Amino acid sequence: MPPRPNLRLEINGHPVEVPCPDERILLDLIREDLDLTGSKRGCDLGTCGCCTVLLDGRPTLSCLTLARLAEGRSVTTIEGLTPHGGLHPVQRAFVEHGATQCGFCTPGFVLTAVALLRDEPHPDRERVVRAISGNLCRCTGYTKIIEAVLAASGGA
Amino acid sequence: MAATEERPPTRLLGTRIPYIDGPLKVAGRAEYTDDIKRPGMLVGRILRSPWAHARLRSIDVSEAARRPGVFAVLTGDEYPTPFGVLPITHDETALAVGKVRYVGDMIAAVAASDELTAERALAAIRIEVEPLPEHLDPAAGTRPVSEPIHARGLAGTNIQKEVAQHFGDVDAAFARAAHRVHVHGNFAGVTHAFTEPLVTLAEATPDGRLTVWSATQVPHYLHRALSEVLGLPMHRIRVIKPEVGGGFGGKSDPLPHEIVCAALALKTGRAVKILCDREDVFLTNHGRHPTQNDIRIALDADGGILAYDIEAMIDGGAWSSFGTVTTYYNGVLSMGPYRVPNFRYRGRRVYTNKPPSGAMRAHGGTNLRYSIEVALDELADELGMSPFELRERNALPPNSTTVNEFRITSTSFVKCLRAARERSDFDRKFRRLPYGRGVGLGCGFYISGSNSPIHFTPKMPQCTVHLKVDMDGGIAVHCMQADIGQGSNTLLAAIVAEVVGVDLDRVHIVRVDSDVSPIDLGSYSSRVTFMMGNAARLAAESLRDQLLRAAHQLTGYPVAQLRVGHERIEVAHRPEVHVSFQEALHAAMEKTGALLATGSYTSPPMGGSHKGARAGTAPAYSFAAYVAEVEVDVETGEYAAKKIWAAFDCGRPLNRLAVEGQVEGSIHMGLGQFMGEGMNYRGPRLLNPSLLEYKIPMPQQMPEVEVLLVGDDDPEGPFGAKEAGEGPLIATLPALGNALYDAVGVRFLDLPVTPEKVLRGIERARADGRRPRGG
Repeated sequence: MPPRPNLRLEINGHPVEVPCPDERILLDLIREDLDLTGSKRGCDLGTCGCCTVLLDGRPTLSCLTLARLAEGRSVTTIEGLTPHGGLHPVQRAFVEHGATQCGFCTPGFVLTAVALLRDEPHPDRERVVRAISGNLCRCTGYTKIIEAVLAASGGA
Repeated sequence: MAATEERPPTRLLGTRIPYIDGPLKVAGRAEYTDDIKRPGMLVGRILRSPWAHARLRSIDVSEAARRPGVFAVLTGDEYPTPFGVLPITHDETALAVGKVRYVGDMIAAVAASDELTAERALAAIRIEVEPLPEHLDPAAGTRPVSEPIHARGLAGTNIQKEVAQHFGDVDAAFARAAHRVHVHGNFAGVTHAFTEPLVTLAEATPDGRLTVWSATQVPHYLHRALSEVLGLPMHRIRVIKPEVGGGFGGKSDPLPHEIVCAALALKTGRAVKILCDREDVFLTNHGRHPTQNDIRIALDADGGILAYDIEAMIDGGAWSSFGTVTTYYNGVLSMGPYRVPNFRYRGRRVYTNKPPSGAMRAHGGTNLRYSIEVALDELADELGMSPFELRERNALPPNSTTVNEFRITSTSFVKCLRAARERSDFDRKFRRLPYGRGVGLGCGFYISGSNSPIHFTPKMPQCTVHLKVDMDGGIAVHCMQADIGQGSNTLLAAIVAEVVGVDLDRVHIVRVDSDVSPIDLGSYSSRVTFMMGNAARLAAESLRDQLLRAAHQLTGYPVAQLRVGHERIEVAHRPEVHVSFQEALHAAMEKTGALLATGSYTSPPMGGSHKGARAGTAPAYSFAAYVAEVEVDVETGEYAAKKIWAAFDCGRPLNRLAVEGQVEGSIHMGLGQFMGEGMNYRGPRLLNPSLLEYKIPMPQQMPEVEVLLVGDDDPEGPFGAKEAGEGPLIATLPALGNALYDAVGVRFLDLPVTPEKVLRGIERARADGRRPRGG
């Protein structure tokens, strides 16, 4: 069998070409091959949301996604949110509102919130709760995360 | 209590201080153990037992060891030295020696070039065993059994620890009591479910040293255990704590995979990483013990508590872990927040062939408290008294001694009760809301740091903080305290900045590294704010005094007339005369170079002289009174917590943002244990070892939380503070249980209280012809 061609995709705005076996999981590609360790491995089952990345802008569980499915697509990890440094307004709100504790779930929540606010700039509380319900946090009780997202939206 | 007005006002402490590591965490740039790679790093994997209890006849690793890409295979006989978090109960080994004790017990480990090679090598290990009787029921294990799980069990039984205490005369008190109640509680085991899995990286280097990075709450206990089991002196082991993704007690024992990882590094001479998967984490457990308790309370005619008579049957699982402490705590943590003049306790913790239980947030105080608070709710009903009045009448007074000789200093418990009652509008709602809706009160009491450090030889402070300032004007802080997300780094920096009068960004918390960090005993027993806080304050005062002396040289004013201002030192009565922090620093450095300062904390002697008297002693205690409001769908049994009014006494809250975060997170965890979490077994097999099957509450399930911080300053706490990390969990459960009773008139004493149980309870009440209350 001829070797599989390299995987081509866009990571955080940059084109990337890497060798990639068919069974490679996107999270492994990101963490192990590309050294983007901001995406976290929490459960390997798609339950905790710590591995969330944006795939063509949509929040996606990278631990359940084959890397090959990202062929020709755009992946944004937490490192790519502010390509020129500094913090995104959602990140600033998380800091100001104490929405991080241990921080392990934080990148997933931030990316989920960024996608929500891009599509719906002024969600109400219920909408925020629904949007983040695929992410687990064991430290904060979600309270300050919800406050931070609402604050970043400039709403309620 | 200590009057607030005697303390100088604070500039930073007491405000809302965003976590100093927040920017790194939101950017994904905080470094956790699994984010670290070392050159030539190998993958370590562990073979776990499919047998609950079996004697190991033979382990043949020859085929596994021959496989290409396998660098080392390890079995238990190579490092048989037993260890454990408590010096008196060393009953764990790095890998099984002689027999396995639960499904998930660790038998062998490999280090290989990659994960797949490691897994295939594990599959090639051949093991012969002789199955032994499975011991799953703790009550059965209190009698002599064939093949006890450990040789050290009491007299041929599986009892790991038995505690019997009696203070006063409980029988006489019950005989003269006007009201008596008995409550039997049953609690499933629950686990921490931190988001970062257990993970350790170890590297052996040719200089004869071993470096270990690990997701641990207590770097110092890990350091000791590594030294004991591996036979290496502590100074040749370097323990580093990167960021830790939550702990809640589950990363406080030295854990076998940590020792195995280090052993594999030594055996290969390389770096080895063991990243546990979720099933590994669940099987390692060390969570809250499955418990049954019997609480008997006697009251006089006016509602005064006469006596407690308490029994607890605690399912320990395969190891001791913190179990001896657990066994004491399940009795003695009943000694607040009420005055109890007569007290009897019998507690037994029994080994079973299940994953070990250990310490989990509000260790030993949670299940006990649930049953007590439900019992008090029953008694208040019987007396026709408000549950608030009953509790207020019995509140422990400040500066008192409990019958088992706990020293109580500050308590704002009555203020907690009044705040929760008023803010929740309890009196208007209680027993008056329509059927299916209800409010309930639950209270809490917890230690603010164990007075009795787990290691007591050699005698040394519980915490030491070092400060170093060089000409750049940055203050480097060294301390082995373990920030696991609770914000202790932020508090440490804030205390130093407060005392020295500088901006927070001058203070750098140096990552915990046993080569440079002076010892602190880590994040457990809610000890960090109190003990580290005091050590940090003393270290900072020592640094401040060096700067004041330098300012005296510069200004000519005596030190007694100088004080720190914001980034400067000024003359107290003439603030316009001042020198900047940097000027004072450089003047002070002329003699010594970089300034060094140190501070440490040792808790004062306390406690009685009876056996076990130290268990539960603490330099201070936290208090809580929570009201929960619930809504029940009486057709399905589903229910929701709508709101919790959480009145908490942590003394003076030093970082309001962090204290609120602790209260909200604690409520989430308490809600989980109450509503649905449970380690479910079929025989010895854990049925739900994943976050898919073991469900922690989702955002939709969180109630609105109103945090009411009403504590007065504690006389010994740093700036008047006490703990806020564990105590805030406890009151959640009884507030919910008592609210459900108010809503549907049924007592729930079998946790978790699933919708099925609620529905069955409602149906039973209807079948009994009990009219639902309210209307």
